[in-house]
This record gives sequence, structure tokens and C-alpha cells, in this order.
Amino acid sequence: MLVALTAMSGLAIITAFIFKEGLPIINKVGVWNFIFSGDWHPKEGKFGIAPMIVGSIAVTSGAMIIAVVLGVGCAIVLTQFCPRKLTGVLKPSIELLAGIPSVVYGFIGVTTLVPLIRDYLGGPGLSVLASSIVLGVMALPTVTSISVDALQAVPLAYREGSIALGATEWQTTRMVMLRAGKSGIVAAVILGMGRAVGETMAVIMVAGNTLVMPDGPLSPVRTLTSHIAMEMGYSAGDHRKALFATGVVLFVIIMALNTIALAVSHRKAARAGR
Amino acid sequence: MKFLTKIPPAHTQRLAVTFLWSLTLLSLGMLLFVIAFILWHGLPHVTWGFLTETPRSMGREGGIGPIIVGTLWVAGLAGLIAAPIGVTTAVYLTEYKREGKLTAVIRFGADCLAGIPSIIFGLFGFVFFVITLGMGLSIISGALTLALMVLPTIIRTSEEAIRAVPRSYRDVSYGLGCTRWQMVTGVVLKAAMPGVGTGVVLAIGRSISETAAVMLTAGSALDMPRTMSDSTRTMALHFYMLSREGISMTNAYATAAVLIVAILAINLLAYGIMRRFVARVS
Repeated sequence: MLVALTAMSGLAIITAFIFKEGLPIINKVGVWNFIFSGDWHPKEGKFGIAPMIVGSIAVTSGAMIIAVVLGVGCAIVLTQFCPRKLTGVLKPSIELLAGIPSVVYGFIGVTTLVPLIRDYLGGPGLSVLASSIVLGVMALPTVTSISVDALQAVPLAYREGSIALGATEWQTTRMVMLRAGKSGIVAAVILGMGRAVGETMAVIMVAGNTLVMPDGPLSPVRTLTSHIAMEMGYSAGDHRKALFATGVVLFVIIMALNTIALAVSHRKAARAGR
Repeated sequence: MKFLTKIPPAHTQRLAVTFLWSLTLLSLGMLLFVIAFILWHGLPHVTWGFLTETPRSMGREGGIGPIIVGTLWVAGLAGLIAAPIGVTTAVYLTEYKREGKLTAVIRFGADCLAGIPSIIFGLFGFVFFVITLGMGLSIISGALTLALMVLPTIIRTSEEAIRAVPRSYRDVSYGLGCTRWQMVTGVVLKAAMPGVGTGVVLAIGRSISETAAVMLTAGSALDMPRTMSDSTRTMALHFYMLSREGISMTNAYATAAVLIVAILAINLLAYGIMRRFVARVS
């Protein structure tokens, strides 16, 4: 019983410590200034993380476009158009993508993708675009795997009924399966988004990490996560506290995403139970 | 969308299938590319000497002996700490407690924990284990942080494994006069063992590939770790530092190749155990 509560109490302790370290500095600087100011000069006591928040949002949105198109596409193929035996091989292989360390993705991004962007699209190469692609690929297995589960949970009768009415497989997929599996797919997308927002090391390697507000897909950015990881090593005092405060902002975003995902999948469970 | 309805359904069907298949092949292609790229560049440099020697001049020369040992320590210890807690939680959730408020709270805790980014675990491990509890940048701080991080994985897979054990096993052991404790430890857990094992193996795999959290908790010392309170550097972090600081590309590739091989082996192992389990239960 007590042991069973470890996960919950772990979560509570993590929340408590991150907030305890981070909140005082947010109070000192003011919530408004902390979130909406672009001045980050730790030595002068100026802590504004607006560029990092915008950076995280930009990079994550880009990543999600890629992850959703590829991920949901894969999920449809794996559940609708593909022999069962092959699905049994392909699904684990895509899940394997999730096991590859994030630094490896970042490294491949920096050695192959960044030069391509620099040569063909201009800019420094280290950019919103590069980070979006790398993060999109990293979120892909999460989105695929959960969407596959969602689509497989749709009763077979729906599909058979639709085909029997003379619909083609694609019409069935589009009008019946995707609609019935919608909430599961939404949950998959949100969880994938959580993974993209939270990723750190891969982003450091391909994002360029400047402290300026990004002004286009080719400009370098710094995200909330990489901000923490990069400055943690040499920070002290208020500077360190401000990094914890950045953690608080990140934490709040992630928890909001998780809660939405959980609520969506609960609604699905409730509907299935009815 | 109007023009779409004018095209005969048979054509849209073919169009959609082609498009979706190309997306899938693209995704799989990327997987193969990532693995092949690293192995192609890295494997030729992986020699017995590389695996056993100590790194010299910040890893520019020499091997990754102490780093492999450090990685095994941190990841193994994390698995060792998280496994009993995770399995107990799963048993509690499935065998002892009817679904209710409390199980919902525990599940919510595990689900949220699963979603927290590793850098937050790193920050937490840094203030809590490293500073507040005074463990310093060490193997044990890293392992405890990672244990917390992989706990949800172990809970989830163990829960599924225990649920997959047929109802009749339980009925028979009750029928033979077992207590609930005997039934759980002697019958259900024994039957669910491979499933539980899969969870633990996956958790260790996740620990090995983690970077951000161990960077802030286990440090980056290059010496051979002797005790649990020594700082160490894991393979993923070593690879990151070598490539990021441009210390040595050949050693970076070689380290990444060792890492990828380890991860592939671990995932295949987990998959193998799971398949045997599924075959036995059903």
C-alpha cells in the first residue's frame, strides 16, 4: 500500500521541489516580466524567458505537423491496409525508434540535416526548421503507436458494416475509422506533443540556441528545455533559481498537456463503456 | 473538397493508399537510416581496446571502458531500485484493490510521472538527491533519479502482464486453499514474470539512452567508478560531449555505435521475452 503510493509521492516531491526553488524568483521578477520580457541578463538580475517560450512553441508546432502527418499515416496503413503479419513486424520496429537515444537523433540532425538546410535554404542551418524535423521524427513513434491502439480498439463491426455498404477501404477509413478513433488519436497527438516540448539534448544540438526571439523557420532558437540544460552548469544564486523557474513554466505546460490527454482518453473509455 | 467528390471512389482509394504507404515507408526509411548511419560510421572504430581502455585527454584518445562500467552501474541500479517498487504497485493495483478513488490517484500519479520531461527529473534530482540529501554528483543520485523516471514504464507493463494471467490460475490456487499472498507471489507473479521482465528490461534501456537527467545528477567524471558515491559519465552523455565539443568525431561515432547496439539488443531481448510470454499465456 505504502509502496504503491511511491509514484504519486514521487510526483508530489518533484512538484514541491521544483516550485520551491523556482517560485521565489518568479515573485521577485513578477510573473508578467518573467513570461513576457525578452531580457535575459542574469548578472543584472533581468530574467525574461519570452524568446524561449516562443521558441518552444514554434519548434513544437513544426514538429507536430511532421509527427501527425507521418504518425497518423503510419497508423492508418498499419491498421487498415497492411496484412496482420506485417503489422506485427512494423509496429515494433517503429516503436524501436522511440528507444534510440535522443542525442543520436540530435547528432544525425546536426551532421546531415543542418548542412542541407544551410546549403539549400540559407541561414545558419541550426534553426527552428531543423529542430522541428528532428523532434517530429522523435515524436513519431509515440503518435504512431498510440494511434494504432486507438484504431485497433474500434470494433471490427464498424469496418465490416461500412465495407458491406459498398464503401471503399479509404472511404471507410476516412468516414468511419478515423471518426470512431478520433479521441484516441487526439490523445496520441497530445502525448507526442508532450514528448516534443520536453526533449532537451537533441534540440540543443540542432537549434542554435541564440537568446533572440526567432523571426522565421530558418532562424536559430532556444527552447525552455535547452535553456535549462545549457546554463545549469555554470549558474548560481538567482540565476540558478531563475532556471528552476523556467522549469516551473515547463512543468505547468507539460502537466496541462497531460491532463488534457488523460481527459480525452477517459472520455473515450467512458463512451466505449456505455 | 468538392473536387474530391467528383473523382470516382476507386481512384481516391488508390491515391490514398499510395500516399499513406509512402508516408509509412518514409518513416521506416528514417529508422533504418538512423541506425545504419551510426553503425556504418562507428562500427569500424569499435575494437576490443576501445571497449576496455580508459579515455585519455578528455576522450580524444583511448577507449570508453570506465564509461561502459558507469553506464551499467547507473542503469542497472536504477532498474534494481525501480523494479520492486513498480511491481509492488502493479500487484497492489491489480490484486488487492478494487477500482476506486485510490487506484485512480495512483494511476494518475504514474501517468503524470511518465509525461514529465527528463530535464525536470534532472533539476529535481539535482536539488533533492545531489544537494538536499548531500549525495553529490554520483552514481547513486543518477540511479535514484532514473528509477523515478522509469517507474511508470515498469508499473504499466507489470500491470498488463499481471492482468493477462488467466482468471483460472487464481481460482485454482484459491481452491487449493492458498492465501491471497501465496496466490500472488507463488502463482500470479510467477506466471507474469516474463511480462514483468520485459518492463524492467525496457526501463533499463530507457535509462541507458537518457542524457539530460544523468548530466545533472551523475556528473561527467571519466575515471573508473569504484563506489556508488563516485561521479561517472554515461555513454549517451559521453557521446554528446565528444560530438558537441568537437573533441573526437571517430570516438563519438564509435561510442554511438556501441550505444545503438546495446539499445537494439535490449529492445530485441524485451520483445523476445514478451512474445514468449504472450505465447504461453494464450
